[in-house]
Amino acid sequence: MVTAEQVWKRFAEIADPEIPVISLVDLGVIRSVDVRDGQVHVEFTPTFLGCPALEVMKRQLEQAVVELGGEPEVEVVNDDSWGTDKISAAGREKLRAAGFAPPAPRLVQLQSAVHRCPYCGSAETTLENLFGPTPCRSIRYCTSCRQPFEQFKTI
Amino acid sequence: MAASPTRQRRYELELLGLADDELIVGWRDSEWTGIAPMLEEDVAFSSIAQNEIGHARAVYELLGDDADALAFDRRPEEYRCAPLVQLHLLDWAHTIARRWLYEVADEIRISALRETLPLAAKIDREEQYHRMHAEMWHERLRDTAPFRAAVEELWPYALGVLPAEQRNALAARIGRPVVDAVERGEHVDGFTGLWEEMTTVRRSAPAGAQW
Repeated sequence: MVTAEQVWKRFAEIADPEIPVISLVDLGVIRSVDVRDGQVHVEFTPTFLGCPALEVMKRQLEQAVVELGGEPEVEVVNDDSWGTDKISAAGREKLRAAGFAPPAPRLVQLQSAVHRCPYCGSAETTLENLFGPTPCRSIRYCTSCRQPFEQFKTI
Repeated sequence: MAASPTRQRRYELELLGLADDELIVGWRDSEWTGIAPMLEEDVAFSSIAQNEIGHARAVYELLGDDADALAFDRRPEEYRCAPLVQLHLLDWAHTIARRWLYEVADEIRISALRETLPLAAKIDREEQYHRMHAEMWHERLRDTAPFRAAVEELWPYALGVLPAEQRNALAARIGRPVVDAVERGEHVDGFTGLWEEMTTVRRSAPAGAQW
């Protein structure tokens, strides 16, 4: 019989469809896993509401539960419980290492406009565009190492 | 929500108006994809449109089982969107004026919904970036004649986004007096054309298109 621990472990191997360096567990979109008699109830909180990857993520979660021999029930919870502060410390570091500036903690970001370059660490960066290739990213430019980079928006 | 049926119905109509506004403003914003005056704005308008339509979907899902049915299966006259979002705007000054007026009005409306709608706070996290974008453009264009004329022209429409009790707040934020609004329920001439285009695929495959 499948256990919650096995489910979490398996979910930690599922890559974000749009930013594959980070897993769905690191992304913080899985709020709870509840296993009863082989029935696996998962609470899933969307990131950005218009994100086209949401359906893909939901299907991946269901598929993973089926592969473990469980019966999946993925509930999409559209409340305010997900924000970028839910991304794990390990997830932030994986983003940075991939050249993707991680979102600053929300309280810090609201008070400070500092955005660090993920390549050289310089805070001398400029905003090129608030919007980028997906709703969750902005485009910035580092004037120190002259490298454009993608910034995960803090929400 | 423990409320009388009438009050509940009024609340649902308010949410339907919100969702329809977000769907249609998203649709209008998406019309700039590929033809905005600069590449950054192609990207920005596409992203904003995607967010707004995502908000519409989330609110439709609260109101019915099938968001697509609410978005695409109603007759044009059944949509509750404000005339502001329906306007087919073909120049940049008007487009930016609408974005700015709409985002300020939307913030007032969403704030008022926070207590009854958990989704409101989630929507607002994304809208803060729409407001930053609108404000950045407002700063850039505010002293130009085309932008001032556009705000003047769209102001009665902007008031029509909000219920009467929230209009003073909008007037204070924009710095203009409350005047007679172009009210929700009226549809502008271009709306039927938008509806026909928006629902083409759905009407050609009523059982649902498979991709």
